[in-house]
Amino acid sequence: MFDVFIAVVRRDLLLAMRRRSDVLTTLFFFVIVITLFPLGIGPEMSVLRGIAPGIFWVAALLASMLALEHLFSIDYTDGTLEQMLLTPQPVFILVLGKVLAHWLVTGLPLVLLSPLLGLQYDLSTQALATMMLTLLIGTPALSLIGAIGAALTLGLRGGGVLVSLLVLPLYIPVLIFGAGAVEATVSGLGGAGHVSMLGAILILSLILTPIATSAALRISAE
Amino acid sequence: MLEVTNLECIRGDRRLFTELEFSLSSGELLYLHGHNGSGKTTLLRAICGLIAPTDGEVRWHDQNIRQQRDAFAADVVYIGHKNGIKDDLTGVENLRIACKLDGLSITEQEAWQALETIGLCGHEDLPTRVLSQGQKRRVSLARLLVNKSPLWVLDEPFTALDKAAVKLLQSVIREHISAGGMVMLTTHQEVELTTGQVKRLQLGWKREGDV
Repeated sequence: MFDVFIAVVRRDLLLAMRRRSDVLTTLFFFVIVITLFPLGIGPEMSVLRGIAPGIFWVAALLASMLALEHLFSIDYTDGTLEQMLLTPQPVFILVLGKVLAHWLVTGLPLVLLSPLLGLQYDLSTQALATMMLTLLIGTPALSLIGAIGAALTLGLRGGGVLVSLLVLPLYIPVLIFGAGAVEATVSGLGGAGHVSMLGAILILSLILTPIATSAALRISAE
Repeated sequence: MLEVTNLECIRGDRRLFTELEFSLSSGELLYLHGHNGSGKTTLLRAICGLIAPTDGEVRWHDQNIRQQRDAFAADVVYIGHKNGIKDDLTGVENLRIACKLDGLSITEQEAWQALETIGLCGHEDLPTRVLSQGQKRRVSLARLLVNKSPLWVLDEPFTALDKAAVKLLQSVIREHISAGGMVMLTTHQEVELTTGQVKRLQLGWKREGDV
């Protein structure tokens, strides 16, 4: 079972390597959105420091949603998805593999790039570290939750809009605790509580969402 | 042994078929006939478990397939309208990953061998994006050469294939039948069998053309 998981991850990473444009789109989107704000607002350090957590997290949310479109849709169109549903493997293992690969190519680069982008907002080292940590915990949760929406809207016309309507409300807790942790660190309160909550959300979504996503895929494949 | 009892499928507000009953046992081939839109594909997908039938059940070894999803999936190969191969992967990669997901591990050597047999000599390591329709179909059908599952469900397997490939596929199906396998297919080209039994099922206008 575990080697099938590895096989799916490797397959999707290989596919991402051969289709780099999809990956880069998400990353560029994140970079550009974050860079536009300091340019628009001007070099007001205290303002920038104040709004940084919110902007980073909203940008991460939107970037993650933008990437969702490709999570299952290509597999659905070329028929590999229905083949996956017909394998003697539990579907949630395949879903977990796909989501992990998806996060590695669309989520992890955001995490790694965030400290560099944070410099534009004059964030302290401590705040940058918290930002990275929260993104590291939060973005996989976003991918996992978003997978449900992506699976439900497969094959629908105008699925993209529907995904945002379905998924964005579910992202709100991640946004609140993610941005909250960074804000608390910036203001000197310490964000440990927020980070723990974020961790709890990740664990919960790790357990529950693959099952929901598998069920949604079965419905969409009909 | 595959048994279909009292099967009914309603898609939208159209009843495609109802009270459908047939069985398929080892060494039998079942042709599914019917005009366009008569529900052939729906029936095949329902048998694989991709579609939940409105009524009735599909039984495999005396148990409903919905209660033994993984065990049934290990015994069935479904090749549908969509080839189920990734455009950006080569034929060899596609075949190996498909097999891996099916729970059997084949070496790179075996994958090359299978693709050569199916007639893709010299094209095994090209991304399937650059292949022709017929060649893509062959990559997809190569799974039949390496997969030893007893039940094959093939939806128009001969489309886009040239004469040589049709002949090859016919012989592969014949071998599978004589080795005790079961095949269910929709097509307009008949497979000449040396052994085994052929059944026919007519969907649509003729109604209940159960053999």
